[in-house]
Amino acid sequence: MQSSNMINYDYSVAKCFAIATIVFGIVGMAIGVLIAFQMAYPELNYLAGEYSTFGRLRPLHTDAVIFGFILSGVWSTWYYIGQRVLKVSMAESPFLMFMGKLHFWLYIVGVAVVVVTLFMGITTSKEYAEFEWPIDIVIVLIWVIWGMGIFGLIGIRREKTLYISIWYFIATFLGVAMLYLFNNMAVPTYFVAGLGKWYHSVSMYAGTNDAMVQWWYGHNAVAFVFTVPIIAMVYYFLPKESGQPVFSYKLSLLSFWGLMFVYLWAGGHHLLYSTVPDWVQTMGSIFSVVLILPSWGSAINMLLTMKGEWGQLKSNPLIKFMILASTFYMFSTIEGPIQAIKSVNALAHFTDWIPGHVHDGTLGWVGFMIIASLLHMAPRMFKREIYSKKLLEAQFWIQTTGIVLYFSSMWIAGITQGMMWRAADQYGNLAYSFIDTVNVLHPYYTIRGVGGLLYLVGFFMFSYNFYKTMTASKAIEEEPQSASPMAA
Amino acid sequence: MEMESIRELQAYGYAFASFVFAMILYGYIYHLYTSKKKGGKDYEKYSKMALNDSIEDSPVEKIEPSNEDKEER
Repeated sequence: MQSSNMINYDYSVAKCFAIATIVFGIVGMAIGVLIAFQMAYPELNYLAGEYSTFGRLRPLHTDAVIFGFILSGVWSTWYYIGQRVLKVSMAESPFLMFMGKLHFWLYIVGVAVVVVTLFMGITTSKEYAEFEWPIDIVIVLIWVIWGMGIFGLIGIRREKTLYISIWYFIATFLGVAMLYLFNNMAVPTYFVAGLGKWYHSVSMYAGTNDAMVQWWYGHNAVAFVFTVPIIAMVYYFLPKESGQPVFSYKLSLLSFWGLMFVYLWAGGHHLLYSTVPDWVQTMGSIFSVVLILPSWGSAINMLLTMKGEWGQLKSNPLIKFMILASTFYMFSTIEGPIQAIKSVNALAHFTDWIPGHVHDGTLGWVGFMIIASLLHMAPRMFKREIYSKKLLEAQFWIQTTGIVLYFSSMWIAGITQGMMWRAADQYGNLAYSFIDTVNVLHPYYTIRGVGGLLYLVGFFMFSYNFYKTMTASKAIEEEPQSASPMAA
Repeated sequence: MEMESIRELQAYGYAFASFVFAMILYGYIYHLYTSKKKGGKDYEKYSKMALNDSIEDSPVEKIEPSNEDKEER
């Protein structure tokens, strides 16, 4: 027992971000389902004039799920895990508490501006980096505030060594800071040449260089938003929920440094068969294949953490979510390297297999981990048991079915598309026109839409369960040591 | 410098870098897995940080307060 025994962890910022995660998740996924159906039924493009066209909504979908849903989830879990493994409460520092709240509210303002500008069609046209320079400045400010929160909390910690999750959160902070700054370097056209509106800009890089910086950023956004902070979550929540220590802490350290070293070189695989130097393409391919090792190092470590405790998979739906998430992590980190092999990429590039791959990772790995993490935190934050285990079980199967429909339809669509595009007759003439592929793909696009819809339905069930846990569930007196309490 | 010489230097550099990075990797693995036997750190104990994370639990390794902190307290 130490002198701090009257202090409690303060989850007020974690709670705010948890609610933001759910709201942005619903918005981002709903737009995703709409644009998936637009691919199958193009007339859905005209529901609300220019504001509902695919081109306007697609960046809103990606940005809402990446920078809305996922980042809020990352921050919610950071403000929860950070305190617990460093054994220090936010309540002990009014400054950090203020910074945490400022972080949240400034972020909400940033999101509001992003939503309005993207709906208006104001964009830099760089994928996942669509925000114009004034918004970038606000984002940098939000990021710096988060960084001050991380290092501030570390500065007043009681635990000397930083738990592996903290290393992953630090890597997220540093990685995204570096990537975001370099890829968003832009020239404001109005101030430099008197052209365009005051908020317009063009990239500071030109042509192939711009493509290289963009995909160094784009791929590592996957690394440092979809992978690194989610590993931070699984290294904390799976052991805590199962009551089992990490199978091998040494392997977690080794995988961490392996991932950090290898990931940053793999982005070149987005530009295979393009105008970038051949060695950049080869390097991108090779590093993508090597990436299997640290990725599987973490994933196998997670699965082995359940050694001798596999019964929990049956009794605890949260464990089921986390184990399926780790399995999807293994799945997408073997699929990605396969797609990055040059000869495979010749078939797969620009086809639907690529969004299929991305959604294995985001729906299966990222989505499931965030859902499980929030539900693990809920009984501890609100001091109430999880509202319904049955609802959670049903959600698991509905969403899993959704993911399977999504990736299987996109595999078939992608490979069909790739084969048709390159089919030629004996004289070298293309065998099919573009519209031939569109006609063939129609049923798979419909199946993809249905898969996405099932996932969204599951997300609504989760939101309801979370809301009821927060407001109406049975109160618990003592914080559970491991498995989260839930009503049948 | 001629292109051929540049290519040759690149190849030596590449071989050297591969060797050095492989050595660093294996060195780190060796360190991690022999540290406890040599009386150094037992890395596995850090996994308890996630399990015993109540604010009332004792830290796995407590930070010793500096002299200035002690004076303040």
